[in-house]
Amino acid sequence: MAAVLETQKLCKSFGALTVAQNIDFRLHAGDRHALIGPNGAGKTTFVNMLMGALAPSSGRIYLGSEDVTRVRQAQRVKRGLGRTFQINALFKHLPVLDNVALGIAERRGDASHVWKPAFLHKHIIGETAELLSTLGLADDARIPVKDLPYGKQRLVEIAIALGLSPKVLLLDEPAAGVPSMESERILQVLDRLPAEIAILIIEHDMDLVFRFARRITVLVQGEVLTEGAPSEIAHDRRVHQVYLGEQHHA
Amino acid sequence: MILYVISVGLSVTMGLMGFINLAHGVFAMAGGYVFATALGRLGLPFPLALLLAFFITGLLSVVLERLLYSRLYNAGELAQVLFTIGLIFMAVAVARAIYGTLAPPVFLPEYLKGQVHVLGRDFPTYRVFLILFSAVIIASLWFGVERTSWGAMVRAAVDHRAMAQSVGINTRRLFTLTFALGSGLAGLGGGLGADIIAVQPSYPFEHLVFFLIVVALGGLGSLRGPFIAALLLGIADTACKYWIPEFGAFLIYAATIGVLLWRPMGLFGTRV
Amino acid sequence: MSANLTGYTGDPRIRWTEWLPWIVAGAAFFLLPEYLALGVRILIFILFALSLDLILGYAGIITLGHSAFFGLGAYVAGCLSAKAGVSDPFVQLAAAAGAAGLLGVLTGAVILRTRALTLLMLTLAITSILLEIANKWTSMTGGADGLSGVTVAPILGAFKFDLFGRVAFIYCLVALFLAWLLVRRLIYSPFGAMLTGMRENTMRMHAVGAPVYLRLIAVYTISAVMAGVAGALLTQTNQFVGLNVLGFDLSGELLVMLILGGVGRLYGAFIGPVVYLIAQDYLAKQFPEYWYFGIGFILVLVVLFAPGGILGLADKWLRFSKPRSSARASAR
Repeated sequence: MAAVLETQKLCKSFGALTVAQNIDFRLHAGDRHALIGPNGAGKTTFVNMLMGALAPSSGRIYLGSEDVTRVRQAQRVKRGLGRTFQINALFKHLPVLDNVALGIAERRGDASHVWKPAFLHKHIIGETAELLSTLGLADDARIPVKDLPYGKQRLVEIAIALGLSPKVLLLDEPAAGVPSMESERILQVLDRLPAEIAILIIEHDMDLVFRFARRITVLVQGEVLTEGAPSEIAHDRRVHQVYLGEQHHA
Repeated sequence: MILYVISVGLSVTMGLMGFINLAHGVFAMAGGYVFATALGRLGLPFPLALLLAFFITGLLSVVLERLLYSRLYNAGELAQVLFTIGLIFMAVAVARAIYGTLAPPVFLPEYLKGQVHVLGRDFPTYRVFLILFSAVIIASLWFGVERTSWGAMVRAAVDHRAMAQSVGINTRRLFTLTFALGSGLAGLGGGLGADIIAVQPSYPFEHLVFFLIVVALGGLGSLRGPFIAALLLGIADTACKYWIPEFGAFLIYAATIGVLLWRPMGLFGTRV
Repeated sequence: MSANLTGYTGDPRIRWTEWLPWIVAGAAFFLLPEYLALGVRILIFILFALSLDLILGYAGIITLGHSAFFGLGAYVAGCLSAKAGVSDPFVQLAAAAGAAGLLGVLTGAVILRTRALTLLMLTLAITSILLEIANKWTSMTGGADGLSGVTVAPILGAFKFDLFGRVAFIYCLVALFLAWLLVRRLIYSPFGAMLTGMRENTMRMHAVGAPVYLRLIAVYTISAVMAGVAGALLTQTNQFVGLNVLGFDLSGELLVMLILGGVGRLYGAFIGPVVYLIAQDYLAKQFPEYWYFGIGFILVLVVLFAPGGILGLADKWLRFSKPRSSARASAR
């Protein structure tokens, strides 16, 4: 089966520091793929390169069959790539509805309308409201994001990304900083995402990773250490060493 | 060179501390006034007047930093810009009320007047003194930031304030002292240059653009950068005025725009 | 601040309070005929402040060089009249708007890729270049002496600018009203919502696929056009252009006005210039030494204690005076 997202020998270095080295990676439609690795392994850097927020030093990125290595971030989003951020990157003074509607308006090409009031763009507001209610956020639509509990803010992150109707969704630590009770809620949401979306998730909560992912890539110091099904990864001695080694340092 | 001493002070506050301080010229002006008053009205000897310019300006800046600046370290750029513009307005009014609109005369001591004979040409003694003096300041500053624990602490505190605090650095005091040093340098520069660049109430506004250009060209958080930028600007400015007096100012601005577009962080900038 | 008045949740209908400024302006025309010259100045500065509010308050572009567009508009209108003999006011306005818009596109395309201090410096440098040009090109601009001999034909061939400023006042009021309609429409539109998004979080706007850079150029250009028109209006009503229209001080003063009124609020751009210019007219004559100190002091106070300006304070005060009703409103 053809990959919807693929990288070939992706490299990135900042001066003498190499944060990604020859990463070969493939994601197929419907994949539930996790990217794990110790802190500083280069996971977020990898996501930033996939999105186009960061230019790779060398290597290629393909979206479907198209080489998008030089394509701008906005264009990649239009081609079906969406992401969430590790640290909340919401419009915190704006209501939840607006946070999500801004993205939906971009997708539907209404964002540059200068005459008809946003309030009267009922199709956008309607779609936003529908999306919010599937995530259980319908009652919070008018509340500024900064006044929401943290767990719900993480859901808004996901909602914004979903509003873009992505074919490929990159989730950068969706449960980071969320109390375990609410992370259950996030897992529920992730489980119910449309099956055909290819999802790459970065997460430190191993419990969540092993329950959600059907394939796992381990990244260490910018290099792919190994890739496999969760059961293989769980029994891989090298992976244990990496994580145990890290614990020794800590 | 004078502008360098002033600008390097700005590079210290703006570059190291990350505060957009448009009111830097105010401290330079204050230094100039203190210097001229000490020399002229009080009849103090030249070195003492310079020291006073440095310390009184530094002291003034400590008061302002503690009372006002420190509240805005985490505020947005806009707030910092507006706040410092407000300070400029106030300082201009105060200077006008105390000193009037004319520049106070500067009485240089005899030993700095006249000419010196170097390599078969005559140079004004005071300019030679300025160049040598600035060089000493540059050297000691560079040493201070790059080689001492103070420099390391400042750089650490700017990179990660909470972390620096947690390893026991008193960031509050550190920032105050750093700010005082930067402003003191401005005062020193203002004093040194008072003979060449007249100290008037409009001083902070008139030279603001120049200071900013020097810092922006040189790059934030670097001492070498502003130095080279000031030098280049000084030479370019003089050269342009000499050959094509009509277009001197254009070239400076155009060069600024060009460099900033080519390297948005300045020629030697390190901070992103 | 908590209630977002525009965007997808904001009701775009015009509230009755929004007619107040126009009622006040109309009343001033009849009741205070001896102050019409000041009134004209206020109207022009409101237009100018509105243009700055659009990029600074809504889109979050920090500039110290907005007077570049104002000054260019002023000089284009002035030179057309004094040097080319074009005296039709609408042609002058259109030319000024076009020139300022062109400058906006060109400079915007160049500088809007940068941010923060670099952007600040670039805007400052561009204004400084224009100022130098105006200063040196004396045959065209009059240099430091200013450009005099500006003539403006009667508006629509019927209304001639009179000594009392009656026609000028109405003329500027109409221009401002049209600009207000336009800006209001703009900020309530999806485009306006998107501007707020860029101010709040540029990184996220990139990630939802917004062509941020192009949009910034667009809004920068719209703002430039408005500033250019404001500049041309000043030329037409003063029949003189001085170098100060391009000065850094003017950009600074404008910022003060906007901040005083409340940045990022449509009506902040109305309140600020009114308060500032009336205070200036009154105080600067009586206490010229204290005027600058006063502005500086107020600016510092506003930044430290009232970031929302006068309107922000009014909001707070309203909320304190009726805590129950607003608590109920926000609970909904």
